[in-house]
Amino acid sequence: MTLSGSNIKAVVCTDVCKSYEKVPALRNISFTVEQGEIFGVIGPDGAGKSTLFRVLTTLLLADSGTASVEGMNVVKGYKEIRKNVGYMPGRFSLYQDLTVEENLKIFATLFHTTIEENYYLIKDIYSQIEPFKTRRAGALSGGMKQKLALSCALIHKPSILFLDEPTTGIDPVSRKELWEMLRKLKSQGITIVVSTPYMDEASLCDRIALIRDGEFMKIDTPKGIISGFRKELWAVRGSNMSALIGHLREVDGVVTCFAFGDNHHITVDNTILTKEILRSRLEEKGHNEIIIEKIEAGIEDCFMELANR
Amino acid sequence: MKTALWNSPTDRYMNVITVENLTKKFGSFTAVDNISFEVGKGEIFGFLGANGAGKTTAMRMLCGLLKPTSGKGIVAGYDIRSESENVKASIGYMSQKFALYEDLKVWENIRLYAGIYGVPEKDIAPKTDELLKELGFEGEKETLVKSLPLGWRQKLAFSVSIFHEPKVVFLDEPTGGVDPVTRRQFWEMIYKASDKGITVFVTTHYMDEAEYCNRVSIMVDGRIDALDSPANLKKEFNATSMDEVFRKLARKSKNNEL
Repeated sequence: MTLSGSNIKAVVCTDVCKSYEKVPALRNISFTVEQGEIFGVIGPDGAGKSTLFRVLTTLLLADSGTASVEGMNVVKGYKEIRKNVGYMPGRFSLYQDLTVEENLKIFATLFHTTIEENYYLIKDIYSQIEPFKTRRAGALSGGMKQKLALSCALIHKPSILFLDEPTTGIDPVSRKELWEMLRKLKSQGITIVVSTPYMDEASLCDRIALIRDGEFMKIDTPKGIISGFRKELWAVRGSNMSALIGHLREVDGVVTCFAFGDNHHITVDNTILTKEILRSRLEEKGHNEIIIEKIEAGIEDCFMELANR
Repeated sequence: MKTALWNSPTDRYMNVITVENLTKKFGSFTAVDNISFEVGKGEIFGFLGANGAGKTTAMRMLCGLLKPTSGKGIVAGYDIRSESENVKASIGYMSQKFALYEDLKVWENIRLYAGIYGVPEKDIAPKTDELLKELGFEGEKETLVKSLPLGWRQKLAFSVSIFHEPKVVFLDEPTGGVDPVTRRQFWEMIYKASDKGITVFVTTHYMDEAEYCNRVSIMVDGRIDALDSPANLKKEFNATSMDEVFRKLARKSKNNEL
């Protein structure tokens, strides 16, 4: 069984279902991940992301359906898979009362390797926390914990990495750094399957799946998902943003209206509504400094539109 | 920074939070370094900063949970050092991590918090029904909180945190992991609370949410390095988004432990 064979898909998942008692967590999940790809699973908490990751890393049995990782079945080939995958669970699960270096050493030893042997792979990441290698893992800041966890997941030179919400709860600067590291790992040929609740991280993946209530709503490249948004979308701004939401929803031809940072995004039926009509409706309600622009959808607009269907 | 505000009864009335030279040290480490700011009645105030910048420490002092090393703070009219119990009774608090008791029913959670915050007995039942109606949760009154979807739970937790009509509510990353639609409904609830005159003090890692705030402060290494409206901050830092403002500021951090 070789991993270098480029014809083997990194992940093949077919009709996977999993329920906890009567609550379905995964419903007919099917997808494939190519070698060397960054594949993002994007959706809110409770959508089924962690369950999917646990099925693929052989920690949980699916109720039905089949899945394979690097060509090996997650049930029959679980021992082989475990040797070849790196897994970083959503919850920080290293040994809090061991030092940074001790944690890394344990993971290396468990996989019959040494820190020295694969140091080149973790150098960029680990060198940032190396000055603190004698500190207990429990005493690290959030960003440093993530770097240590990623180092531990990489130390046995896996061919594929499963990262379950590596950026949750960490600030925008650390998030950006982490994504830069993932790009570097990709360039070294490692396949990365990563989940996140942050929609703005979608553009950093090669392909993404939007997951909600245990179902993949759509799988495509970020660009493909955006070009699949067929509604007319406008951004609207005014001097009183709070009142503007309610008033926009009262206008005929406004289908949906959501706050989006410094704008409100509305999908409109442009057979009955023009920007001029909308502007005069809003002026009648006492709004001023109104700006209305047609815009291209973002991933979050797409997610909400798909969720609405 | 203004200096005379402590003697001015008008400011004390208008500002729900007034902080002057507030500092907290843990041994030789200065977690909060001489911060000063005011937050007005009904204002939505975003409190941003990188992990480890000192947000949580500052917030704990403002909630009366931690004594400052030096400096002053007045929250809801009470001194955070000498009147911390009054501070606690006058504020609401909600965090992403803990907000409600999962093994209690929806109405039991409301009943419990209302009791703790001293809402008059006769008001609790009618106000509970009113709240559930507003949320569209009438059918969930007897549901255990743990079986509610996360987004619903967070909306309920926010309603519970302002049930006793506090002057100010502290929200610590209230929308983490919540789906995009519910996240926006949550912010519409924040707008409503602010329209009623409740001051909202909120931390978030979603930079688009910083845009919803009237003013935003950004902490770097224990200091407040920027404080203004999102529009003015973007102008000042020549940035197109709050995300860019944040990154430009946080890059100045001397703390390499991010």
